[in-house]
Parts: sequence; C-alpha cells; structure tokens
Amino acid sequence: MSLLEVKNLTKNFGGLAAVSNVSIHLEENELVGLIGPNGAGKTTFFNLLTGVYVPTEGTIELLTDNGMTKLNNVKPDKINELGLARTFQNIRLFKDQSVIENVMVAMHREKGNSVFSSILRLAAHYRTNAEMREKALELLKIFNLDGIADDKARNLSYGQQRRLEIVRALATQPKILFLDEPAAGMNPAETAELTDLIAQIREQFDLTIVLIEHDMSLVMQICQRIYVLEYGRLIAHGTAEEVKQNPDVIRAYLGGVD
Amino acid sequence: MNRFHIRNMVWLAAAVLGFLALYALVQAGIINRFYQITLVTIMINIIYAVGLNLVLGVAGQFSLGHAGFIAIGAYSAAIFTKAMETNTTGLYVGMAVGVGLSIILALIVGIPTLRLKGDYLAIATLGVAEIVRVIINNMRDLTNGPAGISGIPLVSNWINVYIFMVITTIFILNFVYSSAGRATMAIQQDEIAAESMGVNVTLYKVSAFVLGAITASIGGSLQATFLGIVTPGDYTFERSIDVLIIVVFGGIGSFTGSFVAAILLGLLNVFLQDYGQLRMVIYAIALVLIMIFRPGGLLGTRELRLGSLVTKALGKDKEAVS
Amino acid sequence: MQLFMQQLVNGISLGSIYALIALGYTMVYGTIRLINFAHGDIYMVGAFFGYFLVSVLNVNVFLAMLLAGVFCAILGVVIEKVAYKPLRKSTRVAALITAIGVSFFLQNVMIYFLGPEVRAFPSTIPVMPFRVFGIVINMKQVFVFITTVILMIVLNAIVKYTKMGKAMRAVAVDSEAAELMGIDVNRVISFTFALGSALAGVAGVLVGVYYNSISATMGTTPGLKAFVAAVVGGVGSIPGAMIGGYLIGLLETIVTFMGGSMYKDAAVYALLIVILLIKPSGLFGKNVKEKV
Repeated sequence: MSLLEVKNLTKNFGGLAAVSNVSIHLEENELVGLIGPNGAGKTTFFNLLTGVYVPTEGTIELLTDNGMTKLNNVKPDKINELGLARTFQNIRLFKDQSVIENVMVAMHREKGNSVFSSILRLAAHYRTNAEMREKALELLKIFNLDGIADDKARNLSYGQQRRLEIVRALATQPKILFLDEPAAGMNPAETAELTDLIAQIREQFDLTIVLIEHDMSLVMQICQRIYVLEYGRLIAHGTAEEVKQNPDVIRAYLGGVD
Repeated sequence: MNRFHIRNMVWLAAAVLGFLALYALVQAGIINRFYQITLVTIMINIIYAVGLNLVLGVAGQFSLGHAGFIAIGAYSAAIFTKAMETNTTGLYVGMAVGVGLSIILALIVGIPTLRLKGDYLAIATLGVAEIVRVIINNMRDLTNGPAGISGIPLVSNWINVYIFMVITTIFILNFVYSSAGRATMAIQQDEIAAESMGVNVTLYKVSAFVLGAITASIGGSLQATFLGIVTPGDYTFERSIDVLIIVVFGGIGSFTGSFVAAILLGLLNVFLQDYGQLRMVIYAIALVLIMIFRPGGLLGTRELRLGSLVTKALGKDKEAVS
Repeated sequence: MQLFMQQLVNGISLGSIYALIALGYTMVYGTIRLINFAHGDIYMVGAFFGYFLVSVLNVNVFLAMLLAGVFCAILGVVIEKVAYKPLRKSTRVAALITAIGVSFFLQNVMIYFLGPEVRAFPSTIPVMPFRVFGIVINMKQVFVFITTVILMIVLNAIVKYTKMGKAMRAVAVDSEAAELMGIDVNRVISFTFALGSALAGVAGVLVGVYYNSISATMGTTPGLKAFVAAVVGGVGSIPGAMIGGYLIGLLETIVTFMGGSMYKDAAVYALLIVILLIKPSGLFGKNVKEKV
C-alpha cells in the first residue's frame, strides 16, 4: 500500500474542469515533483489533497494507523492532523504575528493548551509555551531564521517569507509536505540553498515531499519522480530523464513540434 | 516557575492597588454619589469593550449583537433579584443564569453563522440581537414587556463591579496571550492558512464569540442591579454601537485602548452632558474621522503589557513571549 | 380568503417601499462591496425633505418626490466622496464601521435639529377606496405601486440600455478590469450611489404619503429589512432586490395577518439568518469563491 493514493481525482468549477481524472501515488520518504504549464491545475490539485477544495469525483486515501483513510470530505485542519501540510503559492503567512509566533501557531494543534486551561492560566500554560518556543527556535535555526524570531512576518524579505512558510508547515509534524513553488522569486544562489535545505529536511524528518515548481533545475535535480499536468490532466509520469524526453511534455511547454 | 509568580503577582498587585486607590477616593468623598455613577458606568463599559475587542479585534469576527447578550444578562439579573429573598444571591443566580443562556445562544448562533464573512456576519448578529429584543418585548409575563422591569434591588456598587471587571479582564487577557489566543489571532490573519496548519477554526471563533457573550451578559447583570431598571429600549442596536465606538476609538485589537477609550469617553460624556444630542453627532463624526485618518484608533495595536514591563525591568525578559 | 387577499394588497404596498430601498443597497454592494448602513437614513432624509416641500412650501407631491430624489442623490454622492471613498482600500470592517458612523450622524443630526418626535405627513393623495373583486384598494396603494413600477422600469432601462448602465455592470463584476478597459470607476460609483439614493429618497416620500407619519429614526428598521430583502433576492442582483422587497413585504403582512404582528420584525431577521445559512447568495446572486 502506498502512503497516499489518489484515484481519478476530478474538480469541476461550474463548467470548467480544473483537475480531470488524475491518479497519483506517493510513497514514504520520497521527493516527487509536480510540474506543468501555468493553469495546469497544480495548485488546485494541492488544494484538493489538503482539503481546501472538495473533489467533484475520485478518491484520496491516506495510510494512517487505521489503514487507508479516505480524505475526501475532511476539513483542512483534520487533514493536517492526519499528516499533510503545505505551503501556499501566494504566501499566506500570519503577517502581523512574529516569525516565531507563526511557527508556534502551527504547533498549537499538537502542543497547545485548551481554551479552558488558557483562561485559567494554569501552570501548564507556561510550561507549554516554553517548550513550544524552544522547539520553534530549533526549526527556525535550520532555515536560518532564528535570528529574526521576533520580527513581524510582514517585515521579512520575500525569500525569508517563503522559507518561513516551509518552517511553519514543518512545525505541524507532517508525513507529507506539499510545497507550492517554494523557489518562486528566488535568485540562483537562494534556489541552490533551498534545494539543499529541502533534501536535508526530507532526511532529517523522514518526510515525503511533493514539489510544485517552475524552476526546472530544482525539480530535475532532486525529484525522484515527476508528474506532469496540462489543462488539468496527467500527461506524463516518470523519472526526471523520462519526463524530459517525453514528447507530450515537450509539446505542452514549448508548443507543437513542427 | 519564577515567571509564573512574577507576572501573576504583578497583575494582582495592580488590581489591589487600583482598588485601594478607588476606595480611598470614595471614602474621601472625592468620588461622590454622582461620580460613582460615572465610575461604575466606565467600569461596566470596560467589561463590554474588552469582550467585544476579543471578538472583533482578536478573532476578527464582526459581531454587532453585543446588545442582545447584555439584555439577557440584565433581564436575568432583574428577574432573579426581585424573585429571590436574598437580593445578593438573586444577583449571582441571575448572573449565572444569564451567562448560561448567553452561552447557549452564542453557541446556537455562532456555530452556523461564524463562517459568514465580515459584513454578512455583522448583519446576522445584529438580526439576532434584534430578535432577542423582540422576544423580551413580548414575553410580558416574565419581562413586563415594553414597560420593562423597575424597582430592581440595587445590589451592585462600584466594589463588585470593580471585582468583576478585574476578573473578566484577566480571563480574557489570559486567553489572548496563550497558545489558543495565538491560534485565534492567526485565524484573523489568514483563515485558510490557519486551518491548513491544523487550527480548528470553528472552535476558536466560537470560543471567542462565547467569551464575548459571557462578558456582555455579566456586564448587563451588573448594570441592571446598579441602575435599578431595565427596558427593552435600552438594548437596541444603539447599545451595540456604543460599545463598538469605545473599541474603535481605543483601537480595534488593543485592550489597553479599550480601557483608555472607555475611561476617556466616560469622562467626556460627563462633560458633554449638557449638549445632549449634539454629543451623539460629535461621536458619529469622530467615528468616521477615526476610520478615515486613524483606523488604528487612539492607540493602534500597541499594548501596555504589564507583566512584560515588569519582567523586562527585572531583567528576566530573555523569553519574552506570553 | 378575502381578508388574506386584502393583506396581500397591503403587502404589495409595503413590498414596493422595501424594493425601492433594497435596490440602492444591492447596487452599491454590487459595485463596491459595502453594506451602506446609512442608506436607510438617506430614505429618512428623503421623507423629511419631501415633508418640507409639501407641508411648508406646498409643493405638489409628484414634484416633491422628484426633488427629494434629486436631493438624496446629491446627498448619496457627497457621502460616498467624503466618507467611503477614502476607505476603498481598507478592510470591509473599517468601511462598515464608517457606514455605521454616517448613519449615526444623519440620524442624530436630524434629531438635533428637528427633534425625535413623529411628525404628520400631510395627506396629499385622496384615499378614495374602491373595490376590485371584493377587495378594497385605495388610491394611495395604487399610487405607491405604480410609482414603484415606473421607477423600476426606468432603472432597468438605465442599467440595460445605457452606456453608464453597462459600465455599472462591468464594475460590479471586476472593478480593476473595468478600469483597465477605460471605465472611469469613480464616476460609475458616484452614479450608482446617486441612483440608489434617489430611489431611497422617493421611497421616503412615498412612505410619508402612505403612512402619513415620519420620524428621525424611521430609517433604521426599514433599512435593515430592505437589506434583508436585498440578501434574499441575491445581493448585487437588481431583479433580486425587487423580488426580495416584495417577498419581505408579503412576509411581514402575512405574519401580521396570522396574529403575530408583534413578531413581524423578528420574522424578517429570522429569514435573514436562515438565508445566510442555507443560500447566502440568495435567489439570484452569484457565489464568489476565494482563490487559494
């Protein structure tokens, strides 16, 4: 059994099929790429898997302690609890909260106190807070963000914000991490650094990582398998080499071959 | 463990000091009967404003239904103090019943409607408050209809109002500066992202809404037993706006602002008493001007963090979060 | 049965008023996504303006309606320019609070200058009841209904067939795109406010004529109910507002007819909550999803 099995996933918006009959599988501890021209439905696909959209057709199943669990109508916070976390294409940080607070919010589900105990300010509150802060700093350190832990998220540079989003998602202790264009807007040096970091966290946290990216160097370099979408359909699947030479993929990106 | 003691001690000390200061002023006759009314009004408004600030400023839920919960608390206290032998017990029983009813209403209303966005939520909560008022208006046997209930035993005075003000403020601030509070704030920043990070959005929105309802109800109970009379006309939309004005003036999201604005506006009301209607015109203009020129209110979102101030001063501020 | 039909006639008159007010709400919300809280108070100002024209200056009631419409149109445009335009980029909460402030301002200014008492609006249309199929209809009801229908036809023509109407619809769909297409969005917004406020102003005079009384606080509750009407019909949809207005009017009269006149307001608010929970886009509105 795979870690995640997606079968015939379809999402229609009115008359438009944003994702059409897509089937993929994810295994443990692998790095998978999801590529395709703009508008291919990649982000919509992520949204479907993480519960932001409800599928029109098809199934999403995750391997949990209770066997294969269907994720189709599960809300995003529950899906996160089951082990899926993500970053967003258009950065969605908690802009007015600090860097470390952004991370601590992501840790709330696991480690946070209940409303009741928070109101009464029981001793647990202080203990929890200290623990969360420590753990958050550890994570931030990996991405070199610990030095600005108390800065407001909106004051960070673009590259720092993108990295913070990854730390935040990591803090939810996922099994599968979905990164939506993590290298967007980065220069080659930053991209190289990010590539190393992604490989590193996969090892360190025993994750499966799925990557939407337009930066082919990143994708080809670290992805073990790649899925290719075009107009909502899966048009190719294979290793980097296989996909690079696939005529459908070439056509999708470069137009017809004369 | 140190920090637990220091921060809590600081708050306790501040509360006790405040109490002593007021006690002295009252004993000395500086705060005479007349000013006591202003003092109590200000403190009750603080209770309302802190609750609304939680809902609006922290959870980001635009609720215009505060008056409804105030009414429930007020009528509950009125009915029970008059019905029970010992008036004081009546107040606390009434308050508890009011709180209970408010919680139930907040849950019934909150769970389905809090997924509505901004302006729609505002109108829906407004509608609920109006429905509450219509019901109160029509349950003549219980509430005496439009004439209201008069002759309520005057069980509340500045002392018990002060105590409740301190308690409600501390509980609300405890919630805000906690992991749960952080999660709630995150929902306001970006609901979809918060949910994707595992935050149970409905739970925290509803919690904030319920807490707001509880404080409104408590305030209403105190106000009813301080003024001695309640009528449905006291709990119209205007009442919700009065509280909204305080929260906005003080800065949506700032609790220090709510305090300051409640005090300033309370004092201003005394001075502008003779101007009657003109006073409301001025407030209305001020509301518009603040939204245009200084939407952050008088204090923006800056806060006076009493606990932080002291721990910083004592040099124990290395982990200065919550 | 006859009594029921009688009530229906009342419901239609009431519904006409709500429809006229609801149109302003829906058009403004469609263009700038703001619930103009002050809209109900513009209706109130229209009523007072008409009152002065008719009772003090002895102006003919038709002319009074026209002038009240113009006056309110100007008032609406001024309010937009002064209070709402600066907040176009702000949060919806901020804009809504400002609208509440404007509403508060209008009400309290009226109370300050003219007092909160109810005033009698002179009876300018003779009642002249007559029977149709056994139901009594009076001239005032006919007057209200016909005026409303005419106004709606005119509005429809403006929105469908004029250049400005097309521009209004474009801005309602996507104001940024409309601007890029060369539409002067500010002018369109002003025009929308003018149109909606004019209708509200006329509604104010109609209410004065029909019910023979006005007061400074007359705008709040009808304003809210008209907003409910706009939501029921689908916020942003003009036919929706028209139908919604009549639905609310009928709902109120039916509730009254069934003996629950004390709860008629609550019934309308209850309907609002139900609609918002079940079908927030109303009868004719569109569901706009947030892009993730």
